[in-house]
Amino acid sequence: MARVPIVRIGDTLVATVLEDLHDRDASALETELFGRLEQSGANGVLLDLSVVEIVDSFLGRMLNDIAVGVRLLGAQMVVVGIQPAVAITLVELGLELRGVRTAVNPDRGITLLRRLAAASGITDKIAGFGGSRGGNC
Amino acid sequence: MVAIAESRLPIASEDDIVASRQRAREVARQLGFGAVDQSRIATAVSELTRNVVRYATDGRGEVTIREVSRTDRPTGLEIVVADDGPGIRDLDQAMTDGFTSGAGMGMGLPGTRRLMDEMEVDSVLGRGTVVTVRKWRR
Repeated sequence: MARVPIVRIGDTLVATVLEDLHDRDASALETELFGRLEQSGANGVLLDLSVVEIVDSFLGRMLNDIAVGVRLLGAQMVVVGIQPAVAITLVELGLELRGVRTAVNPDRGITLLRRLAAASGITDKIAGFGGSRGGNC
Repeated sequence: MVAIAESRLPIASEDDIVASRQRAREVARQLGFGAVDQSRIATAVSELTRNVVRYATDGRGEVTIREVSRTDRPTGLEIVVADDGPGIRDLDQAMTDGFTSGAGMGMGLPGTRRLMDEMEVDSVLGRGTVVTVRKWRR
């Protein structure tokens, strides 16, 4: 199995793909990430694809699925480091990865995750406020 | 012209998808293709060989990677992916974006055609399918 180390930094899980992923590695990554999210209560996932030289339709679909699953677990995922050649190939292949948030590098990715976490915190407060007000009426 | 030996690899499992696309990328690099074309070629091979593993009878086939040359195009890479699977019933439909006969996203063949310069599909029901793609170095 390909090594995709996952480390926790604050409220974020950082997963770095280190080599060409087989289909089963991508599926294993999904399972591992979801398990770690549940255990850790982290609210963000940063998936670093800087050294990945190929994203075909299978892996693209997996990235979409993982992003959806992460959201269902109450967190946000940002994919960082997609190489220009990979981006061009994805566009021509017809894979827009609409459900996947991206950033050019890990630094920007972390900034985006923080912004998303802050926004969702505000949403929670609004929802809580609305709920209590509803109860008082 | 530098002759680079033809590579033939079996397609029998998921591991062969990775081995095939890595070999194709390596040959493309040796032929002087740039990073974007290497990515296009490796991805096309990944899509085509996955079709074999997913849809062909017993998921078996063979991929051939070779250098080709033409008077107007001195350097090119040709990849032939052959299987003895069920064949494609409706080729026009298979070449349409969004069509899928399996669990994929339905972008295998049309997507692959966009990545490469030339593509030919020869499919006989009950006999198998041969897909030939070419990329020419600019």
